[in-house]
Amino acid sequence: MTINFENKKQQNSEASVESSRRNFIVGSAAVAGIAIAPSVVLYQTAHADSLQNVSAKEGASSKVRWGMLVDTTKDVDWNKCVEACNKEQGLGNEEESRDDQRTQYIRVVDVKNKGTGYSMSLPVMCQHCEQPPCVDVCPTGASMKRPDGIVLVDRHRCIGCRYCMMACPYKARSFVHEVLHDQKEVTPRGKGCVESCNMCVGRIDKGQEPACVEASSGAIVFGDLNDPDSAISKLLKEHGGKQIRADLKLNPAIHYQGI
Amino acid sequence: MKKLHFLEVEGNTKGFYTFLGLFGLISLIGILSAYYMEHHGHWVTGMSNQVVWGTPHVFAIFLIVAASGALNVASISSVFAKTAYKPLARLSGMLAMALLAGGLVVLLLDLGRPDRLIVAMTKFNFTSIFTWNIILYSGFMGIVGIYLWTMMDRPYNSLTKKAGMVAFIWRLILTTGTGSIFGFLISREAYDSALLAPMFIIMSFSFGLAFFMLVLMGSFKYTQRELGDYTVNRLKNLLGVFVAAVLYFVVIYHLTNLYSADHRGISAFVLAGGGIYTFLFWVVQIVLGSLLPLFLLYGPTGKNRTMIGLASALIILGGLAQLYIIIVGGQAYPMQMFPGMEVSSSFYDGMVASYAPSLPEILLGLGGFGVTLLLVTMAVAALKFLPASLADAVADPHGK
Repeated sequence: MTINFENKKQQNSEASVESSRRNFIVGSAAVAGIAIAPSVVLYQTAHADSLQNVSAKEGASSKVRWGMLVDTTKDVDWNKCVEACNKEQGLGNEEESRDDQRTQYIRVVDVKNKGTGYSMSLPVMCQHCEQPPCVDVCPTGASMKRPDGIVLVDRHRCIGCRYCMMACPYKARSFVHEVLHDQKEVTPRGKGCVESCNMCVGRIDKGQEPACVEASSGAIVFGDLNDPDSAISKLLKEHGGKQIRADLKLNPAIHYQGI
Repeated sequence: MKKLHFLEVEGNTKGFYTFLGLFGLISLIGILSAYYMEHHGHWVTGMSNQVVWGTPHVFAIFLIVAASGALNVASISSVFAKTAYKPLARLSGMLAMALLAGGLVVLLLDLGRPDRLIVAMTKFNFTSIFTWNIILYSGFMGIVGIYLWTMMDRPYNSLTKKAGMVAFIWRLILTTGTGSIFGFLISREAYDSALLAPMFIIMSFSFGLAFFMLVLMGSFKYTQRELGDYTVNRLKNLLGVFVAAVLYFVVIYHLTNLYSADHRGISAFVLAGGGIYTFLFWVVQIVLGSLLPLFLLYGPTGKNRTMIGLASALIILGGLAQLYIIIVGGQAYPMQMFPGMEVSSSFYDGMVASYAPSLPEILLGLGGFGVTLLLVTMAVAALKFLPASLADAVADPHGK
């Protein structure tokens, strides 16, 4: 009896060892599955994405240089461009900031010649320079220029030193002074980071025009400055255009007529 | 010349703990102010999209500039072999490190994202002066640390001259880097000048030595050590020369600006019609921070310790005013996007930007001084930085 009992105990313990071994194997398989599954899903997603959206996968190309030509002689309410920009990028949702602390990607500047009395208005945004001082001075490389000439801030890399704001000759950049809520998916904005016009890069990558261009009733022409057959290149060739502070030789991508 | 002895400050005294507590409290208030600003965001400060660098930068850059200047005393001893300065070399090196630490704390805590310091330490962009400065500042700490070691560890004394030479060259490059933060900015009239780099070097000589004088006289007074006229007079005469040299650079800076039409605006703004900036220039920087100290140092009060201390404090005050004018005034003055035109916009184009420092900004800046002095207090108690005596008989190489 005792032996039997002991045998039973042994059998039981063997069974429990067996069971725990089985549990271990099943558990390991489950853990491995959990660990691998997301990678598989990610791979499949990436693979599907690469098949479906080839252009996005290729990334920005240095063969193009996106630019704008602003015709300031046209009778346009430039504030519509500002409104379109704010709507597209989800700006103007600051609750605590003073007026001089609020973000503006694009603004309407009134210019008057003191001597002649001639006055005009023009929209000014990031000029997407070929030689951007903001990119030169950024200590971490958060300020960057895409191969297609669009100047951007990597919000994950920006440490909020504001040196780029000191360096920009166009005052095109803003600093986020407070915690923001309800941000647009296309434009993540964070307290303590610098931001500026990104030429609606998300729209461009989808083959659309920037929001301000769309709202300008044809007064802003958007296109590829590198392509001699693009509308913008033809207009610039025919009528010319000026850059703000061209003397600094930064070669901005934003050109103006009538300034 | 009698044999020189160095001695730690007795740490277990009421006076020591009083200073430790005082400087610790100033540091703590500074850090809490930074936390307040970071927690809420910069909207609680006077800074804006027009004046992006405010009072914390004024203090931070003052401390960083003073750091390299504080090292001068050691350099004169090791590099230029002036034995009169040898007893002061250890304090000079240590103070330089403490000032730099204080300045960097303020600079770091005023970042929009100080939590991303690791990004700044690992992702470099070598066209940025800031990136170079991160390397220059870290290098300064290491090099001056080694320099101090060679001074304080007898077997390595023979290396002091070499280490001192490296530290001296490094500090010149470092201050050039600090001045170049501004000098390389083409977009703003106040900064677009190659003069800023050498001007920052001479400013560092003046501010650093003024701070050194106060720490030297203060520490000797409160530890009842003798400080003879020989040492003090040499230092205060040198300090006067530096103050005059800064004045010279200020004159040349404004003269060159006034000479060229496209830079005339900013100097006219600072010299006349700039409101607070004009007041700070003439009253605080020039009269209180330069002319009065020169009078106190070289005039009939030149041997009075209190007056020498007052002159040093005024030089520091004038230096802060000078940096406030350069940093804040330079941003407040409107950027010339359309030169010669009248400009206006919702983004404050064409107008003088308003800026008033908020209390947390000032407290963070003062916290930088607190951190520096806290480190100095701990250092003089931990290691032999201060000579037991600098009586004339000890300090004067030609004395009996």
